[in-house]
Amino acid sequence: MSRGYLLSLPALVLFAGLLILPLGLTLVLSFNVFDYQVGVKADEWTLAHYLALFSDAYFYEIFWRTFWISALVTLLCVVIGVPQAYILSRMGTPWRSIFLILILTPLLISVVVRAFGWSLLLGADGLVNQVIQALGGRPLKLLYTPFAVIIALVHVMLPFMIIPVWTSLQKLDPSAEQAALSLGASQTTVMRKIVLPQVMPGVLSGTLIVFGLAASSFAIPGLLGGRRLKMVATVVYDQYLSELNWPMGATIAVVLLLVNLLIMLSWNRMVEGRYKKSLGV
Amino acid sequence: MAFLQLNALSKRYGAVDAVVATDLAVEKGEFVSLLGPSGCGKTTTLQMIAGFVDVSGGQILLDGRDITHAKPASRGLGVVFQSYALFPHMSVRDNVAFGLKMRKVPAVEIASKVKQVLELVRLAPHAERYPRELSGGQRQRVALARALVIEPPVLLLDEPLSNLDANLREEMQFEIRRIQCTVGITTLMVTHDQAEALSISDRVVVMQAGRVTQIDVPYKLYEHPRTRFISDFVGKANMLAGDYDALGTPQVRHEGGDGELTLSLRPEKIQLVDAGTGRVQGKVLDRYFFGSQWLYRIHTSLGEITVVRSNDGSPPLGRGTAVGLQWHADLLRVLAADEVHP
Repeated sequence: MSRGYLLSLPALVLFAGLLILPLGLTLVLSFNVFDYQVGVKADEWTLAHYLALFSDAYFYEIFWRTFWISALVTLLCVVIGVPQAYILSRMGTPWRSIFLILILTPLLISVVVRAFGWSLLLGADGLVNQVIQALGGRPLKLLYTPFAVIIALVHVMLPFMIIPVWTSLQKLDPSAEQAALSLGASQTTVMRKIVLPQVMPGVLSGTLIVFGLAASSFAIPGLLGGRRLKMVATVVYDQYLSELNWPMGATIAVVLLLVNLLIMLSWNRMVEGRYKKSLGV
Repeated sequence: MAFLQLNALSKRYGAVDAVVATDLAVEKGEFVSLLGPSGCGKTTTLQMIAGFVDVSGGQILLDGRDITHAKPASRGLGVVFQSYALFPHMSVRDNVAFGLKMRKVPAVEIASKVKQVLELVRLAPHAERYPRELSGGQRQRVALARALVIEPPVLLLDEPLSNLDANLREEMQFEIRRIQCTVGITTLMVTHDQAEALSISDRVVVMQAGRVTQIDVPYKLYEHPRTRFISDFVGKANMLAGDYDALGTPQVRHEGGDGELTLSLRPEKIQLVDAGTGRVQGKVLDRYFFGSQWLYRIHTSLGEITVVRSNDGSPPLGRGTAVGLQWHADLLRVLAADEVHP
């Protein structure tokens, strides 16, 4: 065995022990028979959980909700994050570092703490409703709605969009923009025809990270979606810890993983296919 | 009035004067170079003309029209950047067509104009390639074609050859000059390379510390440099102390010490003659071979003097050889003191 493989051994052990093994066990578990009296029967096999999942409209609703919320969060992150990354890359020396740190610091605060922060803001007598009432309006139901989940997810995911886009912006030749301007392009055209196409690889990575993390997010929908507005990850949690039906929980988790993979891979193919020739990726 | 005219153009960055009251008049069809060391303000001047840098004071007139504060797009100038600034996600054809598309030129006309200009820069076979698939020289041609296709009144070249290796640089120099003559376009080139500026320009503008110090045709600039800085920066020069004699003719000072004049003597203007003859006696300290010529460093009573002698096939002088140095007195140039110290 060559030295390179030997050096990668610690990483391989970590990867196998913490990712491959639990995933494999989850996959195995999803085919185990479950009995409410005796629990999981480790030596009996069934496809019942998958059949139950695919035949129940309840699960379809939850999967559909999870993916449209994730897609909307991804879209909002692109709309907010790409211009933000562009502005960031155009800033002068002291400000750029300051704002970059400002963008990154939320990552240091636990998602749970940030979710509670949002629930304080959006609650029935939270700050937002207090302001609305002070202005003479009727209080709105904000918490435990898709709105609350989406706004908090966008807040949490934004750095994951800004960083890859910012990285691709760093590779841009600023004089290419000047060249386009001198050739008669307006500032908007420069953005649309010169800057945006070149940062597409960054936008693609950003959308993949954000969508993947949003679709499997647990803390935000758990705390801001409440008991009624479930997403897939919160349903998995319920199956494991309330229903104690581990195989069903494992089944939902496996299907979430597969659907997530399918969506991300097709998206990747679609976008990369369009930009492959021109960007040489 | 000249075609492109700068009137007391200046640029301040905070407390720093990047360009100080620069006057320049470029005639239609002329090829003018802005020459100077880095940080002398030549690129800032070009960027002010292109409209990428705001003007602090003065005026830019193009064909009589005041464009001092016009947007880059409305100036319609062709710009070639040091980095070429090609659009990496577009093919050569799309790069070149970009300016025409922005001008909403009909597609048929775009196709024929792009074809024409690609033939001019000898890139027609590579129209479908992407910039990353081209060599440095080819990218340079694309950048030129892209700037020329919009038929700009003035072509601005910012250090166009500095990213090319030596052989290609020389080839592209001639190529740029050929294209400029074919199209007959008024051109302003920024460069720090004096050989480049001398070989292809109609006139050279020397800049130092934000100021223009001399504007002349290349031959005159080389033969009659106005200041010590220019004499040193444009070509090689021996600086000698000198005085005016009774008739008012400049003479080299042999007694040592500072004279009232600084004289410049080009290394190739000096002949090496037999020891004991000539104006000054010396000893060869060192010699360097440049293929077509030899460069000798010679120790003399006037200090160290550099002499360049063409490699005419005669055997070179060894180190320590005693030689005499001879020159025509009228090849001595009196230099003015530098007004600005970099």
